[in-house]
Order: sequence, then structure tokens, then C-alpha cells
Amino acid sequence: MPDKKPISSVNDFVVRFANVNGSGSASANEMFARAILRHGVPVSPRNIFPSNIQGLPTWYEVRVTEDGHLGARGGVDMMVAMNPQTWDKDVAGIEPGGYLFYDSTKPMPSTKFRDDITVIGVPLTAITNSTYTDPRQRQLFKNIIYLGALSALLDMDPKLIEQLIGEQYKGKEKLLSSNVHALHLGRDWALQNLKCPIGLRVKKSDKVGDRIFIEGNSAAALGAVYGGATVCAWYPITPSSSVAEAFTAHCKKYRHDPDTGKAKYAIVQGEDELASIGIVIGASWNGARAFTATSGPGISLMTEFIGLSYFAEIPAVIMNIQRAGPSTGMPTRTQQCDIIACAYASHGDTKHVLLFPEDPAEAFEFAAASFDLAERLQTTIFLMLDLDIGMNHRLCRPLKWDDARQYDRGKVMTAEMLEEGRDFGRYLDVDGDGIPYRTYPGTHPTKGSYFTRGTSRDRYARYSEEGPVYADNMQRLVRKFETAQDLVPRPLQANAERPTKYGVIYFGSTSPAMDEAIGLLEARGHQLDRLRIRAFPFHSSVASFLAEHDFVYVVEQNRDSQLRQLIVNENGIDPVRLVPIVHYDGSPITARFIAKAIGDHQDHLKVTPLRKAVS
Amino acid sequence: MTYIAKPKFHHPGLKKNELGYTHRDYEGKISTLCAGCGHDSITASIIEACYELSIEPHRVAKISGIGCSSKTPDYFLGNSHGFNSVHGRMPSVLTGANLANRDLIYLGVSGDGDSASIGFGQFAHSIRRGVNMTYIVENNGVYGLTKGQFSATADRGSKSKKGVTNTDNAIDLVAIALQLGATFVARSFSGDKTQLVPLIAAAIRHKGASFIDVISPCIAFNNHAGSTKSFDYVREHNDAVNRLDVLVGRDPIAVDYAPGTVQMVEQHDGSKIALRKIDADYDPHDRLGAMTFLQKHAAKGQIVTGLLYVDPDAEDLHEHLNTVETPLNSLEADALCPGSAVLDKINASLR
Ligand SMILES: Cc1ncc(C[n+]2csc(CCOP(=O)(O)OP(=O)(O)O)c2C)c(N)n1
Ligand code: SF4
Repeated sequence: MPDKKPISSVNDFVVRFANVNGSGSASANEMFARAILRHGVPVSPRNIFPSNIQGLPTWYEVRVTEDGHLGARGGVDMMVAMNPQTWDKDVAGIEPGGYLFYDSTKPMPSTKFRDDITVIGVPLTAITNSTYTDPRQRQLFKNIIYLGALSALLDMDPKLIEQLIGEQYKGKEKLLSSNVHALHLGRDWALQNLKCPIGLRVKKSDKVGDRIFIEGNSAAALGAVYGGATVCAWYPITPSSSVAEAFTAHCKKYRHDPDTGKAKYAIVQGEDELASIGIVIGASWNGARAFTATSGPGISLMTEFIGLSYFAEIPAVIMNIQRAGPSTGMPTRTQQCDIIACAYASHGDTKHVLLFPEDPAEAFEFAAASFDLAERLQTTIFLMLDLDIGMNHRLCRPLKWDDARQYDRGKVMTAEMLEEGRDFGRYLDVDGDGIPYRTYPGTHPTKGSYFTRGTSRDRYARYSEEGPVYADNMQRLVRKFETAQDLVPRPLQANAERPTKYGVIYFGSTSPAMDEAIGLLEARGHQLDRLRIRAFPFHSSVASFLAEHDFVYVVEQNRDSQLRQLIVNENGIDPVRLVPIVHYDGSPITARFIAKAIGDHQDHLKVTPLRKAVS
Repeated sequence: MTYIAKPKFHHPGLKKNELGYTHRDYEGKISTLCAGCGHDSITASIIEACYELSIEPHRVAKISGIGCSSKTPDYFLGNSHGFNSVHGRMPSVLTGANLANRDLIYLGVSGDGDSASIGFGQFAHSIRRGVNMTYIVENNGVYGLTKGQFSATADRGSKSKKGVTNTDNAIDLVAIALQLGATFVARSFSGDKTQLVPLIAAAIRHKGASFIDVISPCIAFNNHAGSTKSFDYVREHNDAVNRLDVLVGRDPIAVDYAPGTVQMVEQHDGSKIALRKIDADYDPHDRLGAMTFLQKHAAKGQIVTGLLYVDPDAEDLHEHLNTVETPLNSLEADALCPGSAVLDKINASLR
């Protein structure tokens, strides 16, 4: 018996699997998460993988959460320690009173365990070796065997796992039955030899509802299909590659002409990011909806072209799945660290539209909307995801599409309009919203052609280096950016139960942790109004929110509080009133972290008289 | 103001082509390049080729990078859309444009600095993808716009205007294009319109990646003794393998060339290239042979010109990608969006 009371919890705990990359554990681990979902209990899983391919450590964490908290929790209640290399660190990471599950085929010295945890040994290697002779089978079925053992320990319904196996191996009877067999091998061994169930249990519930379970990158790619993207050019980089790969898979399914079998899309793996964004710009200039997906280093390479898109006013959509920088930073760890780099990308005075989806459902919606926005505004739109939502499955509301929806192709002058004698000045602000008309190449034999260039030109697209002409154009671009304010998704505000002088601003993947943190803060006696920013340029309600509160915390996942910098810069507000709450070690931010950081600050405010400058 | 529009006056007696267009319809703005720049002659040849082919000027998209050469699209086909993109990145922009609308004619104009240095990668990859385009490099061996630095096509041992000797090896873009699988490869000289005009015309008719390297002397920085890209040097060392005529469907096929010295090449679209062979042994269908021929002559200091290689049955990127015939830029939601019913199914599969 451990010297600390074992943790006892139903539908609310964290299991972490420590595996060796390449051991085929990923699908068994994911099946574990899905099986819990089938019990009607929400889960929030996360891949934790260092930047390597074969043979090195990888972890998969499943937060089981009846309350539906989808942020990371922090801490591990049960460690499934399948990697000898990381054993010490894995064992050390278990919460006092937690559980250690391991392969007990070979005896371990007692110094390798802890006194305050429950150790559960299953001779996995022995069981597999006595059942299978093929080395690959031994490796793969070992994963299913531990899944079976866990199902007994956590009191899970094996029927639900069998159902999942059935769906996965539909039509492949042999694989199906051998997997089910392996599942029961593990389950039966545990039931016969161990005290089942343990303190951590899964109990059937009804908290999942009609929600779906999908990765952010896949949802964004689907958004691109629904949003009418026909050209995708990309260059592989973690964690964005799966966007293009998912787009390819979705297009193969949904975008072929039924009569001819031909593709209604073109996907090019560029030779680099320069080519990828160049292809996007060329395609968009010529009237197709085009996008690329990349991450920080790719954005750096694209910046010259992004400046061209801004100045020459060519639509482009860039999905930036952020990872920890600078430079190669921590390529497989999450951050929200490209805010400034994207907002002001390229040389000279530029400003770009950024969209910040909080989950896969919004990633889908914003991705589809980004093509409308890019064409309406004739500029680059950045869809800012990060590794945490991009590469992990999340529960979210079902994706929705209105069949009546038409694409907003923006201000395009057609041959008929030109024929009617409409004045076509490519950079003429006809409507006062800063957005000019464009024509597609090939529109009209004698009217409507113009020369696109990154150099200064007048309202009729004629090359000009006259100062006032240049300034006139630059001012119009500012007007256009102001117009964008009302076209992009608005911030969402939620107020505390009682009136409060304190507010919190957050965005993107921080959202689920923030929602949970609010409860923790309330329990500590702190009331906060909150504003989730969903886009840059900032809507005027951001300025109002700042004006209404003495202090506003800005919670984000980067070192320098980049969103806060942007807010200060764009709203001209006293920076002292914006308190940075930053988390940037590459792991996803947790509610515990936010609640502690804000709570401590709030406590401090109560005991210390406010400084003059901030009162 | 450096923008100079051309007067719109048309002489009523100007010769017209099949579509009723005159030369003037293929012109652009007045050139701002140095008087005598080889690039202006290439502009004139492009105008001539498009006129002769009776192309609708507005159905051409002309795309370039940055440099004196890249400025030239402003000086021809005033009624077509032009795009002066960024230095060295014309090929990717053209590739994207081509993917969006396969129905236009794509003319990529670049310089040797643009294509052989900063844009070397993009040049290579657009060729290897088989983008249906006519890619013209106006090759003067120097950076004209930034005033006379050696470019990567400057021959080793050649001298700059300031007397500096180039110690780096030269990149031969034609050799590289052959190696990368371009399906139409030619070299010419800006001062030889008789050869250049039909080459451009044939390249435009060619479906696939056409590449033409045009030696185009820079009057300001590379037309001195010691340069291997000066007018005099190229005239003296030019070794043409063939001269050609392009016969589009409507032209009478009756040709009066002496048998044995003419080879007819029929392209995808039915157009024919009549190759008048100067070097009787030269076979423009032999990629390997072309590469060897080129190297042998280069070693002797000769500049081989003419149509060096053509694959009349070439495929282009759209064929590789199996895209629909309708230009992608004209597909709307009804053709592209799978709709809510499909989305409901997708949702169901994600539970
Ligand atoms: C990223 C970038 N680097 C450098 C330049 C400066 N630049 C402009 S044109 C040019 C070279 C042009 O040479 P080439 O392509 O040979 O054309 P030419 O002027 O000789 O016709 C350079 C280096 C630039 N515009 N952009
Ligand atoms: S500098 Fe050279 S390349 Fe440029 S316009 Fe003058 S002659 Fe032509």
C-alpha cells in the first residue's frame, strides 16, 4: 500500500502514456481517448512529441473531464510508462497518490518506484511473446493488450472499445478479430490478477452530446474546401503539414468532377515557402481562391511577398500554425508567438488581418471566411492557429454550413461593367471604403487591363514616384484596414456575475483554459469580465472594454506579450493598465497557471495601495 | 513622372493580321530603357511574334520579376495584364496564375540576375513542373538595373566594364533547362530578329515549359571588349543550328524548302514548325545530343543558337494534376462546396 491515499476520482483525471516513437502506440492511445468519449465523457487529449522521428520518446495525454474542460490541466494521475528511456522523469511526474502502470515482465529494483503512488505491473512482454511470434505483431498487439488491461482497471465497458475496433477495421475481418482478441487478453489478465477497478474510473455519462472530435488543422483544411479554395501551395513544416495533407485528402473525396473524374483543385508542394506564397499570389491575382499553410520560419521567408500582397492589393490566405520560436525554437511545441511578425509582416508600413480561432469549429468557419475576406479586402489574411489546436483532437460543436451561402468575390469589374463605361482605376477609392475594384486578366480586349507592381503608382495603376501620389495610396490602405474592422469576426465579451473593475483579454487556443480559470478565480473571490479577441484589426469594442476597466489582464502564450503590444500600439493606451500574463515554455497553458498568475496579482492589488500612475 | 503613354493615333493604312489587329495593338508604353538596350529588341520581337500569331492581346498574361528586363512587359501588349512581381520570383507567380486559369497565354520575362541567381530555384522548379508558359530570359551577363555587377551567367574570364575579371564559373540556363526536362529549349540573340521572332512564336504555340535564353547586350554596362555578352562578341561567336518558321493551321502548308534541309515538327495544337537546318546533323528531338552539342561548342567559345530541343507531344502541369478543363478561377460555390448534407455526414464520422 502506498503511504499516500490513492487518488480516487470518477470521470475527472489525467492519464499519460509514455511511449517510444514508432512503436505503433498512437492508434491504441487514441482509441483509449475515443473509448472514453463513447462513454459519454468528454476528453481532451494532447500529443507531446519532441522534434524527432523514430525511436525517441513521445507522450500522449488524455484529460478525462466530466465537466468538459478542454484546456490542459497539468499533472498526471496515471502514468502508463512504456519507455525505459524516460522512466525516471515519467515516474517523478506522477501526482502524489497517483498510479504507475508498467510492463512487469522484467523485475525492477524497488528504488525505481515511489512510496506515495500505486504501482500496477502487467507482464505485457511475456503475454505478447507467448501469444505472437512475429516481431511487428508483438509490438503492435502489446499496445492493444495494455489498452485491454486499462479498460479493466478504469472500469470501462469493453463493448464500446470493441465497437471502435470494429469501425476501424471494417471489412478487414482478420485484423478486427485479432485486435479484439488482444484487447481481451489484457483485460482478462488484469481482471484475474489485479484489483480492478482502481480509484480512477470511467462511468457512463451524457456530457458529449452531438459534439465532434477533430483536429484543428483538419477542420481548417475542410474550411478551405467549403470556402472554395482551388489552389493550395505549401512546403512541409511542423505543425502545419497536416493542413495541406488534410486538404489533399478532402479534395480527393469531394472535389472531383463526377463525369470526367478531373480535379477541381490544384495542389502544389512548392520548393520552398517563397514559391508557395508566390503561387498563391499568382493564382489569387488571376481570380482563384488560393492559400498556403506554414509555421513561423515559413512566415519569415514569405514576408517580401506578403508586402507585395499588401501594397499591390492581391488576396492571399496564409494559415499559420504557430510553434515555439524564435528561429527553429522548439518546433514541436506550442506557442502563440507570431502575432507581431504577422500583424506587421514585411518591410515598410504594413498591417495585416489576423484571425484567431479558439477551436476546430472556429478554425473551419474562419478558414472558409478568410477567402471571402481576402477577396473582399484584396490583401493577405492570416489564420492564426497553433500546434495545440492544430495537431490535437478537440471536442467542438458540429461544423455547420449554410447552403444558401455564396462566395464574396469582392469588387471585381466585369467585361459588362467595363463595357457600360464604368471608370476603372485599379487603385481608385470609388466607394470611400478604401477598397478599389480589380479586374481579372483576360477580361476585356481593350478596357480593364492594368499593370500590377510592387512599386508606387497612381490611382490608375500608372507607375509614379510622386510623393503625394504615394501618400494618397498609403492613406487609402489605412482606410481599407479600418473597413476591415467591421468585416472580421467581432470579439466576444462575457461579464462577471458582479460588476468589476477588472477584465481579461485572451484569444485562440488559450480559450478553454481561460474558461476554466474563470471558475477557479471566482472560487478565490476574483470577479473578471472577459473579452475574447477573434481578429486584428481590433473592433472598437476592444477600446471600450479597456476604457471600462481599471486593469485588464492579457493572457497569451509567448514571452513578450505580443497581443498586449499590439493593443497598446493600435489603441494608444497606457501600457500600465494592461497586465501581461504569459506562458511560453512550449506546453499548452493551463487553467491552474492562469488562475494562479491572475489570482496572485489580484491579491497583491488588494493589499498594495495603487500607484499614482495607475489609480 | 517616368510613365510615358504612347499616343493613340493609328495610321489607317497599317497592315492588319488575321484578327484585324495592327502592330500597334501589340505595343505597350514607351520604353524607359537605355537607347540601344538589347531588351528593347526582344520587346520588338515579342510584339512581332504575337502579331504574326494573331493572338488576342488581352488573352496574354505577362509576368516578370525585377530588373531592366523585367520592366519590359510594360512595353508590349498594352491591353494585357502585366505583373511585375518580386526579384527572382516570377516563376512561382506565373505558376499560380496558370493554375488559376489555364486558358490564357503565359509569358514570363526575366533577367539573368533574376533567373540565374536569386530566382535560380524558382526557374528550375517551374521548368521541372512543366508549367505551360514561354519563359524568356533576357541575358546580358550583368545586373543592369543595379548598375553593372556580374551576374551568374557571366563567363569565367570575361571582364566587367571596370576591368575586373570574373573568376566564377557561368551558369548556362539552356543546359540546365534541358537537364530539367523543359520541352522546348532555344537560345537566340536580341540582335537577330529573323531567328528570334519565330522562336518566340513557336514557344507560345508549344504546350509545356518553353524556355528561351536570349543573349541581350547591356549597352550601359556590358558592351565592351572583354565581355562575352557584347554585340560584337555575340555576332562573331554565334553558331546557329537552325532557323525556323511557324505555320499555324490557317497558313498554307506548301513550303518551298529544299528537301533534306527542312524538318517539319507538328505540335499538339496542330501548328507546325518548319526547321531549316543549318547544321544538317543536328537533331532537335534528342535531348542528350543537344546537351552534348551545347557543351562541345561552349568549350570552343561558340554560342549555339536556334531551336535546340523540342518535344512536340509534351504534357503540362494541368495534365499532371489532372485538373478540369474549366478554369479554376471561374468555379463558384455550386461546383466547389460539398454542401451541408456532406458536412452532416462528416460530422457523424467524427463522433
Ligand atoms: C530581394 C531583392 N534583392 C535585390 C534587389 C535589387 N535588384 C533589382 S534588379 C536586380 C538585378 C537585375 O538584374 P537582371 O535580372 O540580370 O536584369 P537586368 O537589369 O540586367 O535586365 C537586383 C539585384 C531587389 N529588387 N530585390
Ligand atoms: S542598364 Fe543595361 S540592361 Fe538596363 S536598360 Fe540600360 S542597357 Fe538595358
